[in-house]
Amino acid sequence: MSDLDDIVKEFLVESYENLDRLDRDLVTLEKNPDDGEILKSIFRTIHTIKGTSGFLAFNQLGAVAHVGENLLGRLRDRQLVLDGEITTGLLAMVDAVRQMLASIEASGVEGERDDSELIATLTRLQGIAPTPVASDAPEAAPDKNAEAALPASIGAILMERAGVTQEEILRAAERQSAGDPRHLGEILVEQGAARPADVVDALQVQQSARVQASASDSSIRVDVGLLDKVMNLVGELVLARNQVLQFANRMKDTSFLAASQRLNLITTELQAGVMKTRMQPIGNIWGQFPRTVRDVALGCGKEVSIEMEGKETELDKTIIEAIKDPLTHLVRNSVDHGIELPVDRVAAGKDRIGRLTLRAYHEGGQVNIEISDDGAGLNVERIRKKAVERGVITAEQAVRMTEREIFNLIFLAGFSTAQKVTKVSGRGVGMDVVKTNVEKIGGTVDLQSAVGQGTTVRVKIPLTLAIIPALVVSCGGDRYAIPQVSLLELVRLAPEQARSGIEMVQGAPVHRLRGRLLPLVYLSRVLELAGTGEVRPAAGNAVNINIVVLQAEGRTFGLVVDEINDTEEIVVKPLGQQLKGFNTFAGATIMGDGKVALILDALGLAQKANVISERQDRTRDAAESAAGGKTASQRQTLLLFQTGAHGRMAIPLSLVARLEEFPRNKVESAGEGQVVQYRGEIMPLIRIAQALGSQELGSQELRLQELGSREDEGTTADAGRDRGEGPLQVVVYAERGRSVGLVVERVLDIVEEDVVVERMADRAGILGSAVVQQRVTDLLDVPGVVRAAHPGFFAEPAAAG
Amino acid sequence: MSHNEQLCTFFLDGHFFGVPVQQVQEVIRYQEMTRVPLVPQVVRGLINLRGQIVTAIDLRRRLGMSDRPADQLPMNVVVRTDDGALSLLVDEIGDVIEVEEKTFEEPPETLKGMRRELIQGVHKLSDRLLHVLDIEKACRLTDVTETVAAVR
Repeated sequence: MSDLDDIVKEFLVESYENLDRLDRDLVTLEKNPDDGEILKSIFRTIHTIKGTSGFLAFNQLGAVAHVGENLLGRLRDRQLVLDGEITTGLLAMVDAVRQMLASIEASGVEGERDDSELIATLTRLQGIAPTPVASDAPEAAPDKNAEAALPASIGAILMERAGVTQEEILRAAERQSAGDPRHLGEILVEQGAARPADVVDALQVQQSARVQASASDSSIRVDVGLLDKVMNLVGELVLARNQVLQFANRMKDTSFLAASQRLNLITTELQAGVMKTRMQPIGNIWGQFPRTVRDVALGCGKEVSIEMEGKETELDKTIIEAIKDPLTHLVRNSVDHGIELPVDRVAAGKDRIGRLTLRAYHEGGQVNIEISDDGAGLNVERIRKKAVERGVITAEQAVRMTEREIFNLIFLAGFSTAQKVTKVSGRGVGMDVVKTNVEKIGGTVDLQSAVGQGTTVRVKIPLTLAIIPALVVSCGGDRYAIPQVSLLELVRLAPEQARSGIEMVQGAPVHRLRGRLLPLVYLSRVLELAGTGEVRPAAGNAVNINIVVLQAEGRTFGLVVDEINDTEEIVVKPLGQQLKGFNTFAGATIMGDGKVALILDALGLAQKANVISERQDRTRDAAESAAGGKTASQRQTLLLFQTGAHGRMAIPLSLVARLEEFPRNKVESAGEGQVVQYRGEIMPLIRIAQALGSQELGSQELRLQELGSREDEGTTADAGRDRGEGPLQVVVYAERGRSVGLVVERVLDIVEEDVVVERMADRAGILGSAVVQQRVTDLLDVPGVVRAAHPGFFAEPAAAG
Repeated sequence: MSHNEQLCTFFLDGHFFGVPVQQVQEVIRYQEMTRVPLVPQVVRGLINLRGQIVTAIDLRRRLGMSDRPADQLPMNVVVRTDDGALSLLVDEIGDVIEVEEKTFEEPPETLKGMRRELIQGVHKLSDRLLHVLDIEKACRLTDVTETVAAVR
C-alpha cells in the first residue's frame, strides 16, 4: 500500500511541475501558434498525466486529460489553429486537472465533481460531435506520435521519420535475434528499407534524447527539511569557526593559526555551497505570471505582453516563498491600474498592446526586482487630493511633499486611488500588505512613476535570511547586533563636539547631520537599562558619542550606543515563545566567544522610541532642506570655497553630494564642454568662475587649457598662475541620479551659522549674499548655474533642488 | 498520572520540587546569561546551549518567592516544552526519585508563599512534601506579561 502511496506522491509532484510549465507554455503558444516544439511538449505533458491517471485509476482525471489530449492532437496535426477560445478551454482543463490533483493530495480521491461541461466544451472545440467513449476509455490506445516523442528506439524513430514500416523493422529485429551481429540500422539499409542518411539522422535524434535524459539523471530531489537541517548545522559551524578564530588569534601558535585559517576558508566555502542548494531561480515564481497577466488583462479588456529579464536570478527558498504573493499583487495591479485600455493607448499614441517588464538582478548583496509597465503612470495630483481627503496628510503637508513622497503614500494602509473598485484591485488593501510583507523579510519597496510613461515598482530584498552581516554594538555592558540592511552610516562625535553636536528640539535630542536634523535615540533609554553608561550631553563627560544611523520605513534616526565593535556574519536564531511580541528584537545570535547577543530590529526600536510616527516632521525637514538657501533666516551648514575673481562663495552643504579631486590630465572634452570619468559615468564639469561670467577667464580656449590639457598644449599655459597647479577641486552635485562637477579653485571650510540671505538684484547664478564668519559671502545658486551650463540636465520634469 | 513515576527533584528557597523526568532534557550548572531588556522579570536571560538559544526562567521569581542571595548561583534544569527547550533556574538539584500514585494529593489550601496554580499537587514523602510543578503552566508567561502590562 505504501508503495502505491509513493507512486501517487511522485505522480503528484511531477504533475504539479508539469502543470506550472503548461500554463506558461500555453500562453506562449497563443502568441506563437506555429511553435511545434512547445505544442509537442504540452501534448507530452497531458499525455503523461492521462496515461498515469489511467494506471492509478483516477478515471475522472483521465477523462479530462483525454479530451484535452485529443484537442491538442488536432492542433499538432494542424487540423485546427490555436485561438483565444481554445487557449481558454485548454487553460480551464489545466485548472480542472490541478484541482483534481489537489483533491487527490488532500484526500486520496479526485473528489465529487462534474466536468461534463468542460469535456463538452473541449470536444466542441475539436470541431466534432461529443463521443461518450471519451470518458469511458481514458487510457485506451496510446497515441503513436506521443510515444515517438519520448526517447525511443532507433526503430521507432525510423518509423516516424523515414517512413520505414513496422514489418520491415520486425524483420530486421528477427534477423538480429537470429544471430546477425550488425546494428538494426545497418540491416535496414541492406534490406533497402532505409537510406543511410535516414539512419544517421535517427541516431542523432536518439543521441539528443539520451543527453536530455542524462541531464535529469544528474539531479536528485532532496527534502527541504533536510536542507534546512544542513543549513542549521552550517550555521553552528560558522559560530564554532568564529570561536576557533578568536582563540587562534590569542594563541599565537602558527600551526594552529594555519589550521584555523583553513577551517575558516572551508567553512566559508561550505556555507556558500549550502546556501546555493537552497537557492532557486526567481523564474520559478515568475513562471505563473504570463497566465496571471493573461487572465487579468482578459478580465478588464486589455492587451498586455509580458517580458522577463533575469529569470535565472537566484534567491533563498524561504524568500522566494515570502515574495510570491507581494509580486503577484504588484503584477496584477500593474495590469489592472497601470496599463490603459487599448483605445486609450492608441489615442495616447502608444502601441495598443501594453508592456509589462519584470527585471531581476543582484546588486550589493541584495536582489532587486523591478516591475515596470508602460501605462498611464500615477497621477500626483489625484494622490495628493485623495491623501488630503482621507486625512492621511494635511493640505499644508501635501503642498510641501515631493513627488516621490507622494507616490509612496500609496503604500499606506487604506489608500487606493483606483477610480473604481474591480475584482483585482482598488479596495485599499494590497499595497500596504505588499510593503509589510516585503519589509518583514528585510526588504524595501520603492515606486517611481511618470505620467503617461508608466510606473516602476522596485523591490529590494536580501539574498538570504539565515546568515546576515551585522554591526555589533555595546550598550550597558551587553552586546547587540544590528542587521546591516538597516544601517546607513556611523557617526562619532569627539568629547569636545558632543556638547555642540547634540541639541534639543522640544526636549528631544537631535544631531545635525549634513544640514539635516537627525533625531537621536539612546539605546540605553529605549531598552530601559537602568544606571548604565548612558551618555548625557549636558554632563560634559569626556567620552566619544557613537551614533549608528539607521533607517526604518524610510525614516532615518540615530541610535546612540556606548561602543561600536565590529561587523560580523551572524546566524539569526529565533527567540523562544516567551519573548515573542517584543518587536524590539528580531532574534538572537551567538557571538564568537559563545555568548548570546540580541539582534535589534530597527523598525521596532523606532516605534518603541516614537520616532516613526513623526512622519510630518520628516516631510517638513525634507521640504526645508530642499528649499536650500532661499529661506530668509535659518541655521545652515555651508561649504565655503574660493573661486577666481569672485572670491569667497558658499553652497548649502545639503546640496553637496561629495567633494572630489581629479588630476588635471583626467579631464576630457566631450562636445562643447569638459567631462571626467566618475564612478563609471561621464560627469560634466562646470567652471564656477566661468559660469558666473568672469571677465578674465571668459574665453573658451583659456578654459580648455586651464582645465588640464596642459600636457598637450603646454606651450600656451600661463606659467604665472598658481591655479593651474595640483589636482582639480570639484564639488559634486547630484540630482535625479545624475552628477555634475562644479570646479572651484579651493575648498575653504565647512561652517554652521545663522544665515540671513539678502537678495541682490539679478545676478545670474547667485542667490544672494550673507554674512558668513563676519565676511560677506555670495551664495551660489547651484541649480541655476547647472541649468544655465547644461540645459539638458533637468530635461525630465523635476522639482529641482 | 502513571502508577509509579520518576521525578527529577530540586530545591527552591528550602522547598522541595519535582518535575517528571521524561520532560527533563538535561541539568547543567550555572551558565552565563545575556539579559533581555523590556521583558518580564521572570525571564533572567538567554543561554547558549550548544548553539541553541534557550530562554532561562527564574522559578523563584515565577513562583513569587524572594530572590536568591546574590552569591548563590542557580542551576539550569533544561526542560522540553511544546515550543522548544527552556531552562528553569533552581537553587540546587536533588536526586531522581520514584513516587507512587497513592502518596499524591491536590495542593493543600494552606500552600503559602508561592503561586498555587503552578503546582499540580504534592507527594507526601516520609520526611517531607514534594511539590510537583506544572511545567506547561510555569513556562507560559502570558499571565506574567499581562500583569506587567497592567502595571505599566
